[in-house]
This record gives sequence, C-alpha cells and structure tokens, in this order.
Amino acid sequence: MPLTRRSFIQIGAATAGAAAASGLATRWWGLDGDPVADPGTEGERVVPTYCELCFWGCGQLAHVRGGRVTKLVGNPAHPLSNGRLCPRGAGATGLLYDPDRLRRPLVRRARRGEDVFEEVSWDAALNETGEHLLEVARRHGPEAVALFTHGSGGAWWKTFMKAWGSPNVGAPSYAQCRGPREAAFTVTFGSPLGSPEPIDIANARCITLVGSHLGENMHNTQVQELAEAVERGAALVVVDPRFSVAASKAKHWLPVKPGTDIALLLAWMNVIVQEKLYDAEFVAAHTVGFAELAAHVADRTPEWAHPITGLHPDLIRASARTIGGARPASLVHPGRHTVWYGDDTQRLRAMAILAALLGSWGRRGGYVATTKFPLAPYPLPDGLPHLPAPAAPRPKADLPKAGGYPLATEVLASGLCDATRPGHALYDLKAWIVYGCNLVQAMPDRKQLVETLQNLEFVVAVDVLPSEIAGWADVVLPEATYLERHDDLSAPAWKRPFVAIRQPVVEPLHDSRPGWWIVKELAGKVGLGAWFPWKDADEYLRTRAQKQGLDWARLTADGVILGAPAPTCEEEGLPVSIPTEDGKAHLRSAELAALGFDPLPVYVPQEEPPQGMLRLLSGRAPTHTFGRTVNNRLLSEPFPENEVWVNADLARSLPGFEEHPLASGDRVVLVNQDGIRSTPVRARVTERIRGDCVFMVHGFGQTARKLRRAYGKGASDSALTSRYKVDPIMGGTGMNVNFVRIERAGEAA
Amino acid sequence: MTASNGKRYGMAVDTNRCVGCSACVIACKTENALPEGGFRDWVVQETWGAFPELAMQIRSERCNHCSNAPCVSACPTGASHVAEGGVVLVNAAKCTGCKACIASCPYGARWVHPDGHVDKCTFCLHRVRAGQDPACVSNCPTRALAFGDLADPGSRVSLLLRQRRHEVVKPEAGTNPNVFFLV
Repeated sequence: MPLTRRSFIQIGAATAGAAAASGLATRWWGLDGDPVADPGTEGERVVPTYCELCFWGCGQLAHVRGGRVTKLVGNPAHPLSNGRLCPRGAGATGLLYDPDRLRRPLVRRARRGEDVFEEVSWDAALNETGEHLLEVARRHGPEAVALFTHGSGGAWWKTFMKAWGSPNVGAPSYAQCRGPREAAFTVTFGSPLGSPEPIDIANARCITLVGSHLGENMHNTQVQELAEAVERGAALVVVDPRFSVAASKAKHWLPVKPGTDIALLLAWMNVIVQEKLYDAEFVAAHTVGFAELAAHVADRTPEWAHPITGLHPDLIRASARTIGGARPASLVHPGRHTVWYGDDTQRLRAMAILAALLGSWGRRGGYVATTKFPLAPYPLPDGLPHLPAPAAPRPKADLPKAGGYPLATEVLASGLCDATRPGHALYDLKAWIVYGCNLVQAMPDRKQLVETLQNLEFVVAVDVLPSEIAGWADVVLPEATYLERHDDLSAPAWKRPFVAIRQPVVEPLHDSRPGWWIVKELAGKVGLGAWFPWKDADEYLRTRAQKQGLDWARLTADGVILGAPAPTCEEEGLPVSIPTEDGKAHLRSAELAALGFDPLPVYVPQEEPPQGMLRLLSGRAPTHTFGRTVNNRLLSEPFPENEVWVNADLARSLPGFEEHPLASGDRVVLVNQDGIRSTPVRARVTERIRGDCVFMVHGFGQTARKLRRAYGKGASDSALTSRYKVDPIMGGTGMNVNFVRIERAGEAA
Repeated sequence: MTASNGKRYGMAVDTNRCVGCSACVIACKTENALPEGGFRDWVVQETWGAFPELAMQIRSERCNHCSNAPCVSACPTGASHVAEGGVVLVNAAKCTGCKACIASCPYGARWVHPDGHVDKCTFCLHRVRAGQDPACVSNCPTRALAFGDLADPGSRVSLLLRQRRHEVVKPEAGTNPNVFFLV
C-alpha cells in the first residue's frame, strides 16, 4: 500500500493522545516488516579469554564477526566474573580499536622527554634495546637494570630478569598501593592477603569499609558479593569523608576527619572490649596479647575519639555494636589502596587486630582459606646461560630491592626510583624496563621522577598506548592488546581453585606484537634465548597444561577449568589456621616492638591543612582503571573527565569566590602547598563530602598529547602529590598529605 | 497496550543492589553497536538532604516503555510504535528525525542517531525473541536488573514487584511506565 508523507502525518495526527489507537496503527504499520534490526553483534564465533582492563582477571567471552571483536561478555564458568563484566571489561574493545594505539616500534630522536620519536623496524628496535642493556650490564653489572611491571603480561619480563640476573623487579601496586596492608596482615596473621583478597563478603552479616569505596572501586567479584550481602540484609559500616556509593547503602556512615582513622579504630576496640562484644573463645584459642590490647584501648573511649575524628560518641558506639554484634561473620574489609599518611601499616594493623577480636579469621563471612589450582612450571633445560658476572662483585645486601624497610614483603617501586638517584643505595640503577605501568601517574613527586629519569642511561617502555611514561623512553615497544595475544595461565588462589587461559581473539593490529614474542626475541639478541626454548606461547601453554594433565581442548574452548572444591572456613570443616610461627594472631606484635615500632597501633595526629587549604583525596570511578582507560572511547563516553568534589557549604564561603560562589560545572585550578598548579578541572559542588577536603578520581589530567581523547581532560591528583610521607615499617608512600586551594580557572596565578 | 503475543514486557531495577557502575551502559553500547555519544541507558544518582544527613538513590534508567507512551502519540509518521510485549520501538525507515517524540518524552530517553533517525532502548527485542535477557540485564554485575513478562504472575519481575516496594520515574506524567524501581 503506497503512502505519501502527507498520509503518514494524517495518521499520526489522528492517533495523537490515544494510546490504544496508536497500538492499532502500529500493527497496521507493522506490515512494513520487522523494525527491530538485529545489530549482529552476537558474531560468528566466540573466543574465551581473561580480561586485562584491570588486574582482577575476569573470564570473558569475546564475540567476533568478520575478524572484528563486536562485544565482550562475562564467562559464566569463570568464578571471578560469573558471567558478568564490570564496565571496563565490557568496554575493552575501546582499547583494542583505540585509534591512538602505538603502531610501530619507536626510537627517541630528541632530548629524553620531548616525545620526539622515529618509527623503526622491530629488528632495529630490539637490537638497540639489547645493545643498550648489554652496555649497562658491562659497565655497571646486570643488576643495574630494573623492571617496573604491572599486569599479567609482566610474567614474560620477570623470566627475562631472572635470566638477566637482576633482582630489581618492582610494581607500584605494592609501595604505592596495597603494601601497608600486606605488611600489617603478615605481622598479625603471618600472611599477606594478595589479590583477589581471600574474603567472604557474600556471607558477611556486617561489612566494615574503612576508606574503601567498593562499588566505585569496581572489583567485579567483590561488588557482586557486596550486592548479595546487601540483599541478604548485611549491615554496612562505612568510614569515609565522602558519602560514597557504599555509604549510601550503609547502616552507619561515619564521615571521619581525614587522617584520624586510627583513633576511630581504637575507640571501636574500646567499646568492643568494654562491652565484651569480641569472640572470647577465638581470642583465647587463637591470639596473643589480648591483655595488653585491652589495657592499650582502656582509655580510648568514643568520647576521647570524638574531638579527634569529628564523629559523635553515640555513632562510634552504635557502629561498634553493629560490628561486634555480627561476629564472627563481621568482615572488616582490608581495603586495597592503603598508602595515605605514612602510618598506614599501623592503621591496617588496627583493622587486622579488630578482625581477630571479631573471630573472623577462618570463619564464614570473614577471612577465608583459598586454594591455588596446581600448575607445573614449563620444564627449562639445565645449564641455562647468564650474563658474565661483573668485574667487582656486589655486596649481598641489596638495598634497591627492599629499600631498607624491615617488613617490606615485595620490592618497592619507589625504592627502585630512589636507587636511580646517585648515592641513595649501595649501587645505582642505570636502565629501566617499564612494562604496562605509567609511572608518571603512579608515583608521587613528579618533579623528582623526571629528574630521576634523566639519570638513566637507557629507558625502554613496553605499552599498548602512547602513555606519559612512553614519552620519556628511549625505545618504545608497541605490545599487542590482551585480546590479540597469549599470556601465561591465570590461577590465583580463590575459594574455588581455577585455571584460566588468555588466548588471542583476533590477529594483532598494526605492527604490534605479543609480549611473549617481544621478550623471546630480545632474549635471543642478548644471548639468553635458551631461557625461552619454546616455539611460541601456544606451545609453552600447551606444555604446561599437558604437564598438569589438563584437557587442552577443554581449556581453550571453555576458557577456564575448575579445580576440586575445598573447604574455605571452619563452618565447612576447615579448622582455623593462622600461619604465624606460633600459630596465633598477634594482637600485640613482639616483632614490631623488637624493630623499635609501636607493638600496638597508636594514634598520632596528622599535619593540619594550612589556613585556606583543603586536604587532597583521590579515589576511583567504576568506569576507569588508574589512568589506563581514560583514552578508551567507550569508557570515556559516560565518564569523560574527573571533577573536584567540594562541600556545598564551603563553596558558599570560599575565599576568592565571594562575588560568584563556586557552582558545579565551574572550571577551577587547584594549587598545592608547593605552588604546583593543576590543569583546569570542573568543580562538583556537593553535600556528599566534608568541608576540610576535596576529592577527585585518579588518572585524569594526562599530559601525553598523543592520547588525543584523554589529553587536557580533567586534572591529575598525582601531579599535585608533590609530597609524600614514607611508612617506616614497609616503605609505602603515603600520599594524602597534600593540600590545595581552589582558584577559578583563567585567573592569574 | 499488550501486543499480539499477549505479553507485557517490563523491568525491575533494584536500587539497593545497584552501585551505578555503568556496566549496563557499556553492555548496551556494544550489544547494539551504538555510535559515539549515543546512549540507550544511563545511570542517575539522586541525593537528598544536607551533609551529613544524606540519602541517595542510584538508578539504571532507560526508556520506560510506557503503556501510555506520549512519544507514540506525538509521532507524526507512525515510526514510533508499540510492538510485541508492549515494547515501544522506532521504525528507522519511517522516522523523519522530526524530534516530536524527543520533545514529548518526559524521560530524555530518545536521541537522534547520526543516520538521521531517532534511537532509543528496544529492551533488546532481538535478544528477547531468542530467549535471552536484554544485554544490560544479563551483564549487570550486581544483578540489579530483572526483565520479564509482567502479564505472567510467575515471572521473576512480577514476583519482585509483588514482594518489594517500588516506584516509577515521574508518575505525575501519567505515562504508566513499565520500568519499575525497587526501593
């Protein structure tokens, strides 16, 4: 039935205001065919792999049509994703098809840091890298080469460093992130927590978050469990100067004054001890030092903590009762980004002690036992080559490695930076390999980092994108994205042991190459090829799987193989086991006392913000991983730039804004205590934050011009973090010790 | 208006489970190959009160597939129409891009696709016909979204609406939404 546009419109007008009539019209028009076009994103084939948009490693199913990845969904068989992905994992095609990706190897052709490069062949780039590294080894010894690494692809580089003969392998994820937590739990319970954390959020009846903004901090499995717990009626206790998403779901929100968390934790323990809300049986059987702890907190009452924390004693008492009343299924979440004030190990100690008082170690809804899927290593031949030993042997003490901090359990990335500045370590580092971590945003004190970089004889960056750190390198090696490559098997300890495979979904774009290929080729050029005796990663993985008796066809088709279930807690028949030497949780730590540290956590006041300044706090958005995803088209669409959160009351009385009070959307510049100015960033005037601090999402304010989407968007908290306070126990760099004032953008300094 | 298959599709969004992560937004964009700047769903955080006495509701929002859809009434060409299960759709071939529907929608659910037609949530009818949930529902990490047949008292969405207190957005608009927010 042919129709003119005029008759279309008449029919439209006739049906206006009448839903039933419009329905009739619809059925009539439906004769034109099916208006729901299938977008065709289901594709022709599905390839399982595991995600690398963050470090969590969720199982994914990649749908492919015509050689293009159309969409990514969660692998239902994978215990970390359970068939669901966070926004980053779902948006990984935005990385794969990022038009700004590194395309060919680059060699620097101007002063270091000027970001002027020439495209060269892989052979030329790897020759240049190999020659420079060998020259550094010849002059300074192989240990003068350091590796910074983040992500699963770093495993190939770690093997390279073992072959090379340098122990200087570090990641900012320790001393710039979870390090204090690992040290504190090692002191208290005898073991670091690692990743993913062995906690049972789903079955907890109370979940306490101290500064963690889980939900915005999008650790997929943990957020899934948090939603389960909320549905089952678990109480949330959230300590945060900001009304976070988690705080909005909390029974008790404690808007603590930044830097006073230890005072609150002591007051909670005071109430829990006074009112006998602790697990007396557990404490008697599995801990040492209770009497000393009880005496230590005896006068740390909520009334004592009130003027320190700004929290009303009734709120402290009520939340303590909620926490104590749910024991032992009362989970004090250990957090993750814990480097705040330089006394962080002691704060995490207080949290670990509280967890022990609640009897939540080894119990359902608390800290549970996890199991690693057993995997055989690739069998390497005997007599592997090493570089020739340096002329003058090094002293055994390895200062760059732990940086001199007694309880550091991993190499400090900040320690490697320190050792690159002459005179700060027993020997100087002279070359860096930087794999997949943008040190410019990860490290505090950017001025010092830039000076440090100029001390180096050689820097090679391996990355997918032209990141800020790549701009500081001498050679840039473009790695294929995780969707285009194999990596090693993923088998972290988990409640249900599993092994998952990373396999290429599509061929590498441009002239990028998989990490295993880059490392194997480079090793060949420096005479260490025997460490990589396999033909390719497929053969390497196949061999490992066969050695373990795994069904290769099943692993590659399903993406994951589950191990036998094992009991995770006392309620499942696993006796409580604490891996300290004496098998007890150390409420009072003799180890800390012997090293000259407080054996029980002590509240020490932090420096107050100078007049007219606010404490700078930072955190995460669920759509972004550090600064790694800000150039991703899909992820930047819902979250293109960060904002500075400013308390609404404060905004009305802010100095310099008397005539036009600060409003949401206004562009401002933050100026820190050392006069460092941020790039312009929008203000978010909100009731959801205290008036003595500002908050911004980390990762923005990118200075890399070749990241065309991210460049110039928002501001960088790292750039304003010119000061940091080192944790004397494990060397973490406390970064919440910077203060800013707010200026309207465009004003003269 | 229930359409020919006798079903009435609807959604329940659990505002307690939702953390506002936007995984629904990204899953929708990739499932439906949406162009840059085009969204069929989005996240709203609504805050009440003054520091520190605050409350917040987090909602994953999309077209409400209203039973009394002003966009369908406003459409001069019949491009906007009610399809099976009461799903409100735009027939791109018939859409002239006049934006009358955009003006009439109280929810801001519609936008102009670069190809010239108006675009909006389809409840992923192409998936629903294949027995799957919409992409946002099947990906939601917190399982905050439930989709199903409101006409079937045994469907999960019907059960949730019987068990839980719920709201719709802008009830005063009189649109009779089929997307409900569990509170």
